[in-house]
Amino acid sequence: MIQPIIKVQICREDFSIEKEIEALTKGRYDLGAVVSFVGLCRDEGNTLNSLEIEHYPVMAQNEIQRIAETACARWPLGGIVAIHRYGNILAGENIVLVIAASKHRQAAFDGANFLMDYLKTRAPFWKKENFKSGDRGEWVSANDEDDDALAKWGDNS
Amino acid sequence: MKLVYFSWIRERTGISEEDVSLPDNVKNVSDLFEWLRGRGEEFEGFLQQPEIIRVALDHVHADEPEASLSGVREIALFPPMTGG
Repeated sequence: MIQPIIKVQICREDFSIEKEIEALTKGRYDLGAVVSFVGLCRDEGNTLNSLEIEHYPVMAQNEIQRIAETACARWPLGGIVAIHRYGNILAGENIVLVIAASKHRQAAFDGANFLMDYLKTRAPFWKKENFKSGDRGEWVSANDEDDDALAKWGDNS
Repeated sequence: MKLVYFSWIRERTGISEEDVSLPDNVKNVSDLFEWLRGRGEEFEGFLQQPEIIRVALDHVHADEPEASLSGVREIALFPPMTGG
């Protein structure tokens, strides 16, 4: 397989899943599987207006790049795209996109899953809730389930 | 040395970033926490549970309290991450 292509982008703007997949796969004949994951902003039972997402710019980029390289070393991936938005994100809008491409589906599924698990607990982003009631919400707490999800991958940190 | 703070730690200290001169005896992350505690109650407050404070040295996670600050230019303090 060709050297894996890694694209990491931290941005305020929305992304297009279709365009990202097209850019990753165009002109390539070695790929047999593309898995994509999109994380969205939930309205939490019609109570949440938006999430304010804060990030640590240089580190966010570096850390996701590092996680993507680790995934490429572990699975035979042909390419990875990871896009994470920051700023004020309304309920229903996209927050994060992960795409993993490979010859076969299992590596693509595992690569995307691994990337999301690490991204959630190791990439420096923090969410604050803004409620429809006008109440300024709290910073979202880290989830134990997210830490547990890392355990299945062994030590890759 | 540049210190940067994020999320509720930034809000509690009221500081996004600052330049500080660390004393010579502040050699690792644990020493840094001790030194910060002495700077006032806004620091003492969030450092009461040091195990929930995450530290990055020059944009790389430093998971151990013994992590050395030698040669480091930027230290970040933040709570557990909630991206994705």
